[in-house]
Amino acid sequence: MLKLTDVAVNYGSFTAINHVNIEVAEGEIVVLLGANGAGKSTTFRSISGISKLSKGEIHFQGIPIGGRAPDKNVREGIVQCAEGRKLFPQMTVQENLRMGAYVHRKKKAEIKDSLEYVYHLFPILKEKHHDEAGSLSGGQQQMLAIGRALMSKPKLLMLDEPSVGLAPLIVEQMFQVIEEINREGITILLAEQNANAALSIADKGYVFENGEIVVQGTASELLANDEVRKAYIGA
Amino acid sequence: MRILTKRNGIIALIIFAFSFPYIAQNDYYLHMLTLSFIWAIAVYGINLLSGYTGYLSLAHAGFFAIGAYSLGLLTVKAEMNFWLALICACLITCAIGFLIGLIALRTKEHFFAIYTLCVGYIIYLVIDKWEGLTEGVRGLIGIPAPGNIGPITFDTAASQYYLVLIFLLAVILIMYRIIRSLTGRTYMAIRNSEDLAQTIGISTMKNKLTAFVLSTFFAGLAGALYASFIRFIGPDIGSTAIMFDLLMYLLVGGIGTLSGPLVGTLLLVILSQNLQFLQEYRMLIFGPLLTVIIIFYPRGIAGAFYDWQRKRKDNELSGVRGELHIKAEEG
Repeated sequence: MLKLTDVAVNYGSFTAINHVNIEVAEGEIVVLLGANGAGKSTTFRSISGISKLSKGEIHFQGIPIGGRAPDKNVREGIVQCAEGRKLFPQMTVQENLRMGAYVHRKKKAEIKDSLEYVYHLFPILKEKHHDEAGSLSGGQQQMLAIGRALMSKPKLLMLDEPSVGLAPLIVEQMFQVIEEINREGITILLAEQNANAALSIADKGYVFENGEIVVQGTASELLANDEVRKAYIGA
Repeated sequence: MRILTKRNGIIALIIFAFSFPYIAQNDYYLHMLTLSFIWAIAVYGINLLSGYTGYLSLAHAGFFAIGAYSLGLLTVKAEMNFWLALICACLITCAIGFLIGLIALRTKEHFFAIYTLCVGYIIYLVIDKWEGLTEGVRGLIGIPAPGNIGPITFDTAASQYYLVLIFLLAVILIMYRIIRSLTGRTYMAIRNSEDLAQTIGISTMKNKLTAFVLSTFFAGLAGALYASFIRFIGPDIGSTAIMFDLLMYLLVGGIGTLSGPLVGTLLLVILSQNLQFLQEYRMLIFGPLLTVIIIFYPRGIAGAFYDWQRKRKDNELSGVRGELHIKAEEG
């Protein structure tokens, strides 16, 4: 479904990622592991079209999408849920969600259905639909960020560190929801530092270090890999 | 039933505005208010782009001048009908705005401000030096007053006041509709974070360009109204001094608020008229006033008012909650 071939991205003279090869099949959950600044977010930005590729090619459903405008990618079904729960803090919860359906803005009935789906997934958002997004707790903000991404009806959902800074119980809930979204048929690409939790729901994973992929394999292979265990699981 | 609601307040203000010509003792006040309404329309234009979309434009005095000169030249030299010329003036401003926006919007933040400052100055220079077309420093004289619409004429101060007032109300209504719509929220999303706006599928360039062109439309409309009201225009209306006046109205009134442009423009125009005996020393008052407002009330008078209102509402709510709490404990 998604294929990155030898992708590189430069910020000025600094090479953020290099030689990145990733393959994601339809319906999979694929996790990108790595420390801060290892290149996970840049990989996401290159897929969504915000960062320009300096080398390589990206295919989505067989079509090259390198250099395509970000809004076109969202329309075609690639959506990114940015790191750090970026919301529109002055807008209400519902307005935030409606912004997420921007590419479908003409299809009123469809938006209503998506809204129902997101509220079904996160009942707390329905309860607070009239509150300003800035007034929500950390976990609720993350739910809203994911909900907003879902409003665009993606085929591929990219989640950038959804568990960062959340209480353990909320993290567990978050991963359950991610699995549920995946069961609905949405392919998921997940960047995480919480390797244990991420690999427990993933099909396969890639480990980033200094902008390159150093280890890759199925989830069970990575969980069994000594280096991965040492670096990311701490056992 | 509360009488002091927002809706009643607005209705009272509109009634007051419409009865003002009967209340005012002389044409001087009417003239001053008409002029500040015209400036306010231009400030609304700047507000749409700088307040809601987050792109601080310093070229809008230039677009104001383009609107004014388009109307002036079309009516004086081409002898076009006033109303047709008014529409053409707005369209010409938008067309030039579109071309400039295409280039200017490739820059961001302070680079955008500096770039548009240069554009504004170039517009001023073109008007000042292109004597064959604009008459240069001599200015354009004899611009006709707005043409009659059936039996309605616009040759008295009161009738011109009403004309401008109706335009102003229409502009405020349009602004209200824009910022309450998805379009308005899209602009605010771009102001919030352009990257984030892109990730949820907003084509930022297209939306920024529409905001830019719309905002030049308001500036051009204000310029055209100015030309037909004052009946004489010189290159100075496109100068940076005017630009910074407009910006000051916006900052004092409240950038990114709906009522800010009107509040700021009225307040400062009236204040500066009443302080005229101080001549250029007026700036000794405006300078510190502006500094204090920017430091303590970054969203101006209107923003400070909204914050105060919200705080009061929150206090009321927590008061109600407190009472419920006490009752629950008693029960």
